Amino acid sequence: MTELTDLGVRALRDGIRGGEFSAREVADAYTDQVSRAKELNAFLVETPDHALAAAKAADDARAKGDTLAPLAGVPLGIKDLFCTKGVEATAGSHILEGFKPPYESSVSQRLWDAGAGMLGKLNMDQFAMGSSNETSAFGNVKSPWRRSDGGNAVLTPGGSSGGSSAAVAARLCPAATGTDTGGSIRQPASFTGISGIKPTYGRCSRWGVIAFASSLDQAGAMARDVTDCAILLEQMAGFDPKDATSLDAPVPNWEAGLSSDLKGKRIGVPKEYRMDGMPAEIEALWQQGIDWVKDAGAEVLEVSLPHTKYALPAYYIIAPAEASSNLARYDGVRYGQRDLPDGANLQEMYAATRDHGFGDEVKRRVIIGTYVLSAGFYDAYYTQAQKVRTLIARDFDMAWQDCDLLLTPTAPSAAFGLGEKSDDPIAMYLNDVFTVPSSLAGLPAMSVPGGLDKQGLPLGLQVIGKAMDEQGVLNAGLALEERAGFRARPEAWW
Amino acid sequence: MVAEVASSASVARTRFAVAQPARTVLAASAMSVTKETVARVANLARIALTEEELERLAPELDNIIGWVEQLGEVDTANVEPTTAVIPNTLRLREDVVTDGDCRDDVLANAPQAEHGFFAVPKVIE
Repeated sequence: MTELTDLGVRALRDGIRGGEFSAREVADAYTDQVSRAKELNAFLVETPDHALAAAKAADDARAKGDTLAPLAGVPLGIKDLFCTKGVEATAGSHILEGFKPPYESSVSQRLWDAGAGMLGKLNMDQFAMGSSNETSAFGNVKSPWRRSDGGNAVLTPGGSSGGSSAAVAARLCPAATGTDTGGSIRQPASFTGISGIKPTYGRCSRWGVIAFASSLDQAGAMARDVTDCAILLEQMAGFDPKDATSLDAPVPNWEAGLSSDLKGKRIGVPKEYRMDGMPAEIEALWQQGIDWVKDAGAEVLEVSLPHTKYALPAYYIIAPAEASSNLARYDGVRYGQRDLPDGANLQEMYAATRDHGFGDEVKRRVIIGTYVLSAGFYDAYYTQAQKVRTLIARDFDMAWQDCDLLLTPTAPSAAFGLGEKSDDPIAMYLNDVFTVPSSLAGLPAMSVPGGLDKQGLPLGLQVIGKAMDEQGVLNAGLALEERAGFRARPEAWW
Repeated sequence: MVAEVASSASVARTRFAVAQPARTVLAASAMSVTKETVARVANLARIALTEEELERLAPELDNIIGWVEQLGEVDTANVEPTTAVIPNTLRLREDVVTDGDCRDDVLANAPQAEHGFFAVPKVIE
């Protein structure tokens, strides 16, 4: 019999429904994998009891002949940015160490209502600020992948959802939640050979998701294939009156709507994404992707997104500005850590708490954000960035007059070694050069594995769609997936 | 390749500083981010940086601010700043109490809670 941990969301759901195995067996198999993979440091907290309780509910429901919930008995990993009632949520930061939310995030509550269980909380870049998972206060996550050169260089699983990507790729969970502010679902998915989708801004409630940059933050699904992403996202998405930016729109049945037939679809290839010095392997994979969508029946054309080069600098004004405001709440008064030096007054307590509680990258961004919002600089930086953001969104609107979807590489490289880029913030920021523009425009986008580079590491292709067209994105993703036939997986060394 | 892009960004900055007439952003860029600036902004952000952190952060932040200043070269005359990225309507809800009576939950994570309140160092002597 196939190992249960080789099965993804759909296979587990269907197998439990059909009685091929019990939900208990599934939960046992996965909790066992989690407990044996500590070397990867993907999980910050393990919650086997939560997974086992959901499994028992699923098995009991089946024994009684009840209809099973959509994700009954499927165990999931939850990024530590989601508040989980009574289970520590730290956002990967020391300042929230010990914080046990008294409430459940809307997205995770939806998953539990759908019958899923939680295997644990997944490590991440601190407050989701990072592209390599190296900013976590609780240690780096190690990618389960290694280069094929026989060396043992430890690679990044990407970030900020690095615990999620590593756990899914290493078969520690069939799927995981992620969040994406400028690429934090798609880049780690690309680095670890899995699929990940960021839906349209507003599809998934932000309520109970620890805030980084509120106009950009969006939860999404990370799984081993496109179908599993569709199944998971369907249960995560939906209107929530508790989030003022939640979209009051019905959630389509994305799984049922899946079709890899792209006849009649026009797919744009943005010429500005063909950057100088792009590695030949990325270029080749992109061309391969173009050939695959043509094979699926799509018409491919070149389009222009003229403001692309300004997306990253605009993002690195807007996101830190919002972060500096959002993170003002960590003051050592209401939750988390407090640092009270001898004789310190209230202001000194705030400042000491935040100096010791925040990591370097968080401080960097809070200070940049405070700087660009400070008197005299606001218009020159923040207002200008928000105007450029309007132009970037307009670029996409213009492109949609000629095409239905866009196809690009997900990231400008394969996974790099831990420590290789951590000394140069801007080099790290450039990881998100292909993912940030669609984030600024709030558009749905996903990464699917396209192939391996010469060193045996996964490379991803990105599909970007119009607002609300997750179905189009998933369908093109499925067409790529079927043609890529990506079966590679990391050999267990942990 | 990433390093190349990074250096081209700083090249672009130099070119911009030379080629563009005075704009508001340029006025800001003329003043690089010094240690004193970082100390002032860190105080606004209530982060007590050590001398060593200030030494390290100042050049890093100067570099990042220099890099984002390339936005100054974009013509944004007659462009409205983005307020909502996906069109949405602002909803009103019934003006009724939907939450409350959970003082212990609210205080449960406080580093210091006393007599049903958050406790902080004395503010007024």
